[in-house]
Amino acid sequence: MAFTLRINGTQHSVDVDDDTPLLWVLRDVLGMTGTKFGCGMALCGACTVHIDGTPVRSCITPVDSVGNSAVTTIESIGSTPAGASIQRAWLDHQVPQCGYCQSGQIMSAAALLAGNANPSDSQIDDAMSGNICRCGTYVRIREAIKSAAASSRQGG
Amino acid sequence: MVGPLNDSSTKYSPSRRDILKVGLGTGGALFFVFGLPTLAQRLQADPGGAAETNAAAEPEAAFVPNAFIRIPPSGPVTLTMPYVEMGQGTYTSIPMLIAEELDLDLSQVRLEHAPPDENLYANPLLGVQATGNSNAIRGAWQPLREAGAKARMMLIAAAAKRWGVEPSSCGTERGEVVHSSTNRRIAYGKLVTDAATMPVPENVALKDPKDFKLIGTAAKRLDLPAKVNGTATFGIDARPVGLKFATLVQSPAFGGRLKKVDDTAAKAVKGVRQIVRLDDAVAVVADHMGAAKKGLAALAIEWDDGPHAKLDTSDILAELEQATQKPAVVAQRIGDANSAISGATTKVEATYHVPFLAHATMEPMNCTVHMRPDACEIWVGTQAIARVQRAAAKVAGLPVDKVIVHNHLIGGGFGRRLESDGVERAVQIAMQVDSPVKVVWTREEDIQHDMYRPMFFDRLSAGLDASGKPVAWSNRFAGSSIIARWLPAAFNNGLDPDTTEGAINLVYNFPNLQVEYARVEPPAIGTAFWRSVGPSHNVFVTESFIDELAAAAGQDPVAYRLGLLDKSPRARGVLALAAEKSGWGAKLPARAGRGVSLQNAFGSYMALVAEVEIAKSGDVRVRRVICAVDCGIVINPDTIRAQMQSAVVFGITAALHGEITLKNARVEQSNFDTYQMLRMDEAPKIEVHIVPSNEAPGGMGEAGTSAIVPAVTNAIFAATGKRLRQLPVDISVLKDPS
Repeated sequence: MAFTLRINGTQHSVDVDDDTPLLWVLRDVLGMTGTKFGCGMALCGACTVHIDGTPVRSCITPVDSVGNSAVTTIESIGSTPAGASIQRAWLDHQVPQCGYCQSGQIMSAAALLAGNANPSDSQIDDAMSGNICRCGTYVRIREAIKSAAASSRQGG
Repeated sequence: MVGPLNDSSTKYSPSRRDILKVGLGTGGALFFVFGLPTLAQRLQADPGGAAETNAAAEPEAAFVPNAFIRIPPSGPVTLTMPYVEMGQGTYTSIPMLIAEELDLDLSQVRLEHAPPDENLYANPLLGVQATGNSNAIRGAWQPLREAGAKARMMLIAAAAKRWGVEPSSCGTERGEVVHSSTNRRIAYGKLVTDAATMPVPENVALKDPKDFKLIGTAAKRLDLPAKVNGTATFGIDARPVGLKFATLVQSPAFGGRLKKVDDTAAKAVKGVRQIVRLDDAVAVVADHMGAAKKGLAALAIEWDDGPHAKLDTSDILAELEQATQKPAVVAQRIGDANSAISGATTKVEATYHVPFLAHATMEPMNCTVHMRPDACEIWVGTQAIARVQRAAAKVAGLPVDKVIVHNHLIGGGFGRRLESDGVERAVQIAMQVDSPVKVVWTREEDIQHDMYRPMFFDRLSAGLDASGKPVAWSNRFAGSSIIARWLPAAFNNGLDPDTTEGAINLVYNFPNLQVEYARVEPPAIGTAFWRSVGPSHNVFVTESFIDELAAAAGQDPVAYRLGLLDKSPRARGVLALAAEKSGWGAKLPARAGRGVSLQNAFGSYMALVAEVEIAKSGDVRVRRVICAVDCGIVINPDTIRAQMQSAVVFGITAALHGEITLKNARVEQSNFDTYQMLRMDEAPKIEVHIVPSNEAPGGMGEAGTSAIVPAVTNAIFAATGKRLRQLPVDISVLKDPS
């Protein structure tokens, strides 16, 4: 079935089964490989994208559920204030190691920051514990979110 | 700043004109080099992104003094990386070694993955082209600084000749040769033709460490800009033209075969193109992974479970246990341990065992292959590119030089990608497919068909004198030798250097010691290197048992260890530092405890103190970890900290959650719900203290993983009095009885 998706501000037409997970439409059909496959069961968060600003696991999001909503991926999250701030903080704190999970980590963190200018430790835990990092960058992710929040509050 | 490129194997690239340079405008020149398909995809994703084609990115007249350095007439210097980046920071620390001696700023280099070539890029410590055993810096420290220094000497010689001055009167700064007395300077790029005609110096003086400008600094990692915006390209992101997507199911029972498959329903799935049958697996090829997975789920498959159909983990454990009841191969002997134990005041005995562990790299196993009549082209992230090339050639029935391998950034290696099984599978499938095909394993396949960190069983005894001091130590253990399969030349007389690391050459001064190893291979199940390899098992056992001896002697675990370190000042140094920084001895609340571990492995010393809290339910939280590290000369202190943070989380994951079990030859775990990872809310605070040192650099990618495990279990003992002698931690024994 044909779908028209609004991804990073651009319309894309795809012809796939209704139940095809958005992840594979992004990666394989449209070639936007920044969003990663990790588990296929919403257990690891590597595939996190935003739908109308809300973080979702694209590996279990059927394409027919997206409708006309705005899909935002790692490729364009830097054009949002929270996304840009998180990316800067990620570099300042030298967060990534292998880097494979980091698209998902950044998408979760950007959504957190967009809705909460001053997240507490437990709010960071709640927002980020769905994202696994096998390299164990959690210590730096926490620091980076706090410093991104601080700089955002200062208008930076 | 410069980021690593992707299309690595330039000598195999379709054409140099295909290599494109993309400037990303965030504060200065930021260059990535991509093959054409990747660029097309990038533009699709980011149509507004600045892009320029630069067919002259690889000029012909470059100065190529060795296999690692290519200096073009203009633009960045290309450094070819003999070790692959999988998170450990090697794409920053290796360039730091070369750039230090070549007097380049890191903003003046760009990186390239090395192509397969054992002659040019073998790891000198392993003798093969591989990234593993935490020895990239140890292997590169001398030769790659020399590579930079020799290139620098040739550039100086060329400039001096041109200026008619003595080479010794010239210096170098940031990519230029400088003659300060006449205030002349010339860029390396302007000297490339002349430098190529200069003799290669046989000997070269390396910088005095006090003159280091880069080494020892917390240089920012070169690979990170691409890892925060989705442009970093892993093997799973390869997209050659005409690509199809496949996923597979392998015989659920190890050693089983495919009996029968009905693919009627699978073929009816939209986007499914082809079903590929192998002896022990079935793959579905489709237009995208979503269709391939749906097709796979629609297959009706009958398996023959094969000769090991009844195999359970308990069978393997029983065999290992039995092997420790009779003498094995002596790995180290000092004095006469058995007699000394017999005559000791106190005798302490214990047995330990550890489980199979999966790697669970975040990037699931994958490999893209284009099988053509006369050649095989492969896109993969591998820790052992030459091994992969040979394995693929064998499966494809082609000469090795007809197999082209493009390496990629690795989304987690931990030893999994030292193996070639995933590439062999993909080639088997691609041999039946007319287009390039990307074979991606589901997470379930990745966990259930891993090659595992082996199970081990250990039998220990020790004798203490009247003061509680050990007079003898005996350790006999049984399990798989990975080296015996992976690098047979290094397995001699029943022993290899990996399986015994952490069990022999202990930091403690025992007057009598005997360590024996029995090689026992599990049937049908592949075993493989896993982060911290031999020490991942041995250090848990050794550091737990020394803790048992301290307890038997009624002494403090830190003080007891310090009393045995008269021959190991570096070990004493890290232990004293960790104790001081942790506030060792300060009171903790009920059901909280501190545990310590001490380790010399991978050429680095470290002591870790873990603080744990045990809930009434028995749940364990590691709250704080203090690490004291002496890894010799530090290349990049931030990388040391990052690797300790990483290795500690990896080790706690194993200690608390890690276990692969078999029932009827099938792995019982399947995804992150049943094979759990530590998450953000469970991660401890981690402090890293680095001891300044002028010793040669040691390895740091893995060491923290083995060191943290006994620190945690020793802390649990301190908190509860329960000594844990098997992993993972069994929380049922830690419940508060009150």
